[in-house]
Amino acid sequence: MRRPMQHTITVLVENKPGVLARVSGLFARRGFNIESLAVSITDDPTVSRMTIVVTGDDSTLDQINKQTWKLIDVINVVDYSEIPIVERELALIKVSANTDDRAAIMQIVDIFRAKIIDISESSFTIEVTGGIDKVDAIEELLRPYGIMEVVRTGKIAMARGSHTAMA
Amino acid sequence: MNGANALIQSLVDQGVNMVFGIPGGVMIPIYDAMYGRKDLKNMLMRHEQGAAHAAEGYSRATGKVGVCFATSGPGATNLVTGLANAHMDSIPMLAVTAQVRTTALGKDSFQEADITGITMPVTKHNYLVKDVNDLPRVVAEALYIARTGRPGPVLIDIPMDVSLAEIDYQPIKDVNIRGYSPRVDIDESKIDEAARVIDESERPVIYVGGGVVTSGASEELTRLSEKTHILVANTLLGKGAIDENHPHSLGMLGMHGTAYANHAVHECDLLIAIGARFDDRVTGKLAAFARKAKVIHIDIDPAEIDKTVSVDVAVMGDCREVLAKLVDKVKARKETDWNKQIMQWKSEYALQCPADGDVVLPQCVIAKLSEFTKGEAIVVTDVGQNQMFSALFYKAVKPRRWLSSGGLGTMGYGFPASIGAQVGCPDMPVFVICGDGGFQMTLQELAPAVEHKLPIKIVLLNNGYLGMVRQWQELFWNKRYSGVDISVQPDFKMLAEAYGAVGLRVTKASEIGAAFEKAMEVNDRPTLIEFRTSPEENVFPMIPAGQSIEEMMVNRPRSEG
Repeated sequence: MRRPMQHTITVLVENKPGVLARVSGLFARRGFNIESLAVSITDDPTVSRMTIVVTGDDSTLDQINKQTWKLIDVINVVDYSEIPIVERELALIKVSANTDDRAAIMQIVDIFRAKIIDISESSFTIEVTGGIDKVDAIEELLRPYGIMEVVRTGKIAMARGSHTAMA
Repeated sequence: MNGANALIQSLVDQGVNMVFGIPGGVMIPIYDAMYGRKDLKNMLMRHEQGAAHAAEGYSRATGKVGVCFATSGPGATNLVTGLANAHMDSIPMLAVTAQVRTTALGKDSFQEADITGITMPVTKHNYLVKDVNDLPRVVAEALYIARTGRPGPVLIDIPMDVSLAEIDYQPIKDVNIRGYSPRVDIDESKIDEAARVIDESERPVIYVGGGVVTSGASEELTRLSEKTHILVANTLLGKGAIDENHPHSLGMLGMHGTAYANHAVHECDLLIAIGARFDDRVTGKLAAFARKAKVIHIDIDPAEIDKTVSVDVAVMGDCREVLAKLVDKVKARKETDWNKQIMQWKSEYALQCPADGDVVLPQCVIAKLSEFTKGEAIVVTDVGQNQMFSALFYKAVKPRRWLSSGGLGTMGYGFPASIGAQVGCPDMPVFVICGDGGFQMTLQELAPAVEHKLPIKIVLLNNGYLGMVRQWQELFWNKRYSGVDISVQPDFKMLAEAYGAVGLRVTKASEIGAAFEKAMEVNDRPTLIEFRTSPEENVFPMIPAGQSIEEMMVNRPRSEG
């Protein structure tokens, strides 16, 4: 099967300076495409967790997993391609909102169970959480009103059930 | 003691007694810590690239971790070529660089270079040590990482204030790195499967690389080949893995491999790859490479499995351990028609040493050298035509006696690497084969070679060209010899003498043997033998880059005259 598709992998790394550069540098020089990357510390302060969404065919994904494993500061790599997971992304969307449009925008916000977290005379700032598709969808629906700014965290993910990424 | 002394003591405690390096401003504390020490010597090189290659040569010849030192900034960046070279060829090596003070880091300070950032892609791992208390552990970890698993170079960067800071030194006994477990437990079922596939095959061939040399698996490999009568082709770095005079040896395969090795691989129904990585110089056009064959791949690095060639049976593990098990599991087999077929290719396409009256042909120099040493020497090569002539015409009989820059193809590697080899193996004759191009890239290391009375024999094949590029231009670029004429050059005999080495010159084929004998009589300094070779000699066989055996030129194409 040689079709490019999106994969989510979680990489647990030593929480040390330069580790992000090691991982992103590896991806860049081996030509792996990163769609999104989210990094933060875990419950263990010596460990950071990266959730990386990559595109590539199966053999590319295989190389990504193996090459990432080889980095000394990488503690574990979990490929979520075959595992049921819960995944979330958070986005902040600033949309222009004049008096005429406010009601309609608030309705969209409601339906998506998003939140208006800031308001001005001419704009709303909306917080939305969900899967990538949901964030894409609300962004599309808000576009006609005039999106002023969008920031997305990138996806984070966890396996369903009691499995953890810790080796 | 201070950090610099802790570094040196750590190295000594880890078994290091020789480093190759050059000091510099922020490196002074570390050189001060070596002052007067008997248990760790610095060999003062003349360029940091030379230091890196010398450390590599030491590693390759001895199997121990070679160490090089350089100062911050340009000293450190000059190591990069050597690190990249060692990285590509999986050579264990430790580089220690000094760095500006931690307070000056990131401020574009004098002689500051982000060497950990720069070397990330060309090291197995690297460290920037900001706390002196980490130093002993980092040294132990670095050496452990360098030599275990798939070996490679590791760099430690030490800011000057860390070198000067006080530490209560305690030697490190155990290394435990959470994200690194080089030990691979062999999956016995994979051994069984490999043995079954081998037993069922009709036209098997073994293809061995540097991993067999690294893991010391020569004996097991030879036993496997003898028990099964499966013949063995080797890569450039796999030379000496099996005695190339063994009737089962097919010599090198690939772009400039022997025609019979390439025919065998092309027609085989099973390719057993051991400690090799299907480099493009081996495979040529991937779609045509061993197209009829199932593939067994034995390697310690999982990332090599299915990287370019998809594999039917992968056996992960140390080559020696895997082969020791495999040789017991496979059935003994006799010579078959397939063996006869290969032997027929072997005689049909036997390597011929050309002759042209008394003209010095590079092939003949190497063939003579092979005859002269009988393999009882360490032979180092540079990169280019000299290297490929050597790969074809020099018979390596044992592992770690053939040192060459494979993956990176680094001109200038050979001579400094030979220094490391001679330092590591003082009782072995060391020959280094260079072209006039590569030798001029690092010849400044004649000074330390003379200083340390190293009796290295430099076989300089002087054709006045960057010969391999000229060969490509001749064959594929209509003889447009752009940027390859280096005939304006020093008198190499006089140059050697100017450094205090012995210089010899050979202009007639009949003088080759005598020159080697003369060089062997010199045991207190290097001897450079300049061979004035015929300028437009080409390396054949050749499969053009990215093509298949169908395009192989066994000899100079007729139309080229």
